[in-house]
Formats: sequence, structure tokens, C-alpha cells
Amino acid sequence: MLKHKDLLGIENLSTDEILEILNTAESLQEVSSRPIKKVPTLRGKTLINLFFEASTRTRTSFEIAGKRLSADVINISPATSSVSKGETLIDTARTLDAMAADCVVVRHSASGAPAILAKLTRAAIVNAGDGAHEHPTQALLDALTIRQRKGTLSGLKVAIIGDISHSRVARSNVHLLTKFHSHVWLCSAPTLMPVEIEKMIDENREYLHLTHSMKDAVADADVIMMLRVQFERMSESFFPSVREYFRYYGLNLARVQGAKPDVIIMHPGPINRGVEITSDVADGPYSVILDQVSAGVAVRMAILYLLMGAHGSSD
Amino acid sequence: MTLKLNYQLMNTAEVQGTLDRLANEILNANDGRPLVLVGIHRRGVPMAQRMAAVIAAKAHKEPAIGVLDINLYRDDLTRVAFQPVVRRTDVPPNIDDTDVILIDDVLYTGRTIRAALDALCDFGRMRSIQLAVMIDRGHRELPIEANFIGKRIATKDNEVVEVKLTEIDGEDAIYVMEKSD
Repeated sequence: MLKHKDLLGIENLSTDEILEILNTAESLQEVSSRPIKKVPTLRGKTLINLFFEASTRTRTSFEIAGKRLSADVINISPATSSVSKGETLIDTARTLDAMAADCVVVRHSASGAPAILAKLTRAAIVNAGDGAHEHPTQALLDALTIRQRKGTLSGLKVAIIGDISHSRVARSNVHLLTKFHSHVWLCSAPTLMPVEIEKMIDENREYLHLTHSMKDAVADADVIMMLRVQFERMSESFFPSVREYFRYYGLNLARVQGAKPDVIIMHPGPINRGVEITSDVADGPYSVILDQVSAGVAVRMAILYLLMGAHGSSD
Repeated sequence: MTLKLNYQLMNTAEVQGTLDRLANEILNANDGRPLVLVGIHRRGVPMAQRMAAVIAAKAHKEPAIGVLDINLYRDDLTRVAFQPVVRRTDVPPNIDDTDVILIDDVLYTGRTIRAALDALCDFGRMRSIQLAVMIDRGHRELPIEANFIGKRIATKDNEVVEVKLTEIDGEDAIYVMEKSD
């Protein structure tokens, strides 16, 4: 049973809570393969998708997850809401709460925005990405994909390569994988490492490693996780050219050969083909990118079930 | 609240004997038609496996087996204190026009079976759904009855019928317990 009413990040989850989410997700995967892809579990519950940043994949995934569990799902994007009329985040939250929403899924460019909402609402808040802080459902779906392919989350070598500094996905994955004692290798150009990287390594010396060499990161890896170069967050130049970036940190078939023979290649999407990964790798036999998408629906169903089921309204 | 033993209802031999008899009754009532035995988590699952083995030895057609978790269909989800653990549901594909035997250990209020019927109907349109239970202890809250019953007993509200099966509990036995505060 989850200890909190909200899901704000991986950092504060115990390994037991993570396993409960993954086990529930595994049970719920079956619903998506039925002829009628719907169960009545969350009938009468209201789920609001509140996305202050562009997203197709995550928002759609939450919407499908909610609908497969029979919740009523409402999508709000800032362009069409009172946010464009100057309403503050806090007023928006209070309004949604007054409408008796049971769960609000929030994506916001400011780190900590979901945590602020969580304090002000009765509704369960799910963080769907806040700034460069956390993206917990992405790390959970990555973990489910890894566990189903590798049979474990422990003792693996996972290389996370690319734009670490802007990546909440990297941060959530580091928290999750090191909790289970897998070794995470962060690999990027120095300009794409977060400012507080030294502190992160210091806090987690045993399981978190840093390199600027892609060869070292990939060597004998069980999992290679490529990150998207987030051009939209880059106000200045972080590397000389896309071609040069690819030369040092792009994943092609030749580089994959350095990893274990049964390595899996992951990417949270959307992919910049030819920038961080070549098409023959993204669409090749090592790639589990589409498995990640399916796992995403199951993990989000599990979270909605665990946050909006019994626990949500029994008190 | 604690549970204390009131009396033992069945021993090892009686449990297996009852499962054998139920399997034979199911076979006699449905012989020649494609059968699917669907066990409800948790103890309906080993019951279904054992009954399928008995039927497979005698029937012309081996029955298919499925498992069903009813938690996604509960009517008390917002009222129970603990979030029920959802287990995997695995119903064979294409169960349209088959005869499905739904299997559970104890028939009590009928609410689990109501949920199971709703769940099954989401997988297609079966020719029939029949219910087999080890124990019918009365106290129905819904108009639901079993087709195949191991044993019918009268119970009090404060009693609990515990079916134990080797696969889950390490022994075959049935006990009637009494709640005491």
C-alpha cells in the first residue's frame, strides 16, 4: 500500500512501494490485450490531466490508463484554460479541487510545482514531469520494461547517455535503479551534465558513476538508455553542432557491440533520429522502445488504481 | 479480532474426494462440449487445476483452464480499508460459445460471484456459465446459486469457513473458525 496520497517522485518511495506498483502494473497489462479493453474499477472517479508543457505521449498514456479503468478523464492545457488569463497555479488547483477531482496529473516546467499542488489539494497529485526534477512514471515504466526483459532490477549495469542536465527522466531513473543496487553510468558531454552532479555522485558513490566516454559507459552494459537532446530547453549552445554531438554521443550499431550481447536499448521518446540514436538501432532487435510505451499504460493504470481505489476515499 | 477453531469440516481425503466428485458431476452435465474451468483467485485456482486433471483423464476433450481476479470488479472498492492486491487474470482466448465453469472455494454473500460474472462477460459471450464451489455456507445477499456444491452447511455470521489447499497452505483441510473479540 502506498504511504502517500500523491506520487511526486521516486526519491521518497521505498523499494516495497516500487515493487507494489510494478506487480500491480504486471497484473493490469492483461486488460490492454482483451477484446474489450476496459474494467469498471474507477467508475465515477474523475481524473484531470493538467499539462503546462507540451506532451503527447505521457498525456495520452495517462488518458488511456484512466479510460481503461473507467475513470472520467478531462484534459486541460494552458492555452485553452484560465491559465492564459493569468490564473495562478494555486488558484487553478483550488478550483479543480472544488470540482471534486479525485486525481490530478500535472506536468509543469517548474521543479516542485506538483509538490506545491499536493499540499493544497485533497485530490491525489501525480507528477508527470516537473522541470529537471523528476518524472516518476517514466522511471517506473522503464523499471517494468527492464524487469520483464532481464528478470531483475538488481546488479545490472545501466548506461544513461545524453542530455543529463535537462533530464528529469535521468534523475528519476538514477533514484530507482540505485535503490535496487544496479550500477548507473551517466555519460554526457561536460556541458550537458547537471551543475550538482558532483553532489549526486558523492551521495551515491557505490552505485552511481560518471564518464564522458561513451565507450566506457556502454562496455558490458545490460541496458543502454538514450536521452533525447532537449533543444527546446536550450537557450544557448551546449555543443558545437548536431553532427559533432552524434560523433561523440550518438548510438549506432557499431557502438552497441561494446555492450553485453543481450543488451536492451531504451529511449523515453520522442526520438531525434540521427541526433542521439540511428534508425537501425532504434528499430533494431535490441530496441525495447515500443515495449516501454506499452509498459507506460500499465504502470499508469497501476498508479491510478493504487491512488484512487480504496485508499483514496476510505478515510 | 482473533479466530479460534470451532470444528474441522473435512480432512485430506475428504477434500480430494469432494473435488473428484465435483469434477465428475461437471463432466456428466457437460460431456462432449468444450469446457473452460476458470478458478477465482486464490483457492479457486488450484481447485480448477485439480478438477481439470480429473476431467482430462475421463473426457474426450481436455478442458481449458483460466484464472480470474475479481478485484477490478468489486462493489466495495471505495469501502474496504486495504487496497486489495490485484493478481493476474488469464482467461483463454475465444471463449465465445464455450461452457465456462466458474470455481471458488466458499459461496457466502454471492458478491464475489457477481463480480466474477461481470468480469467474465467482458471476455465474450459464453454458451453458459456454471458455478462450482467447495462449500455453500448460506447468507446470500444476491440472487446467486451454485450448480455444483461440495458440501452445504449452516453457519453463523461470526463464523469463517477456511478452505486449505496444499498448493497454497501446505495441507488439504476445511475448518470452521469463530471470530472472537
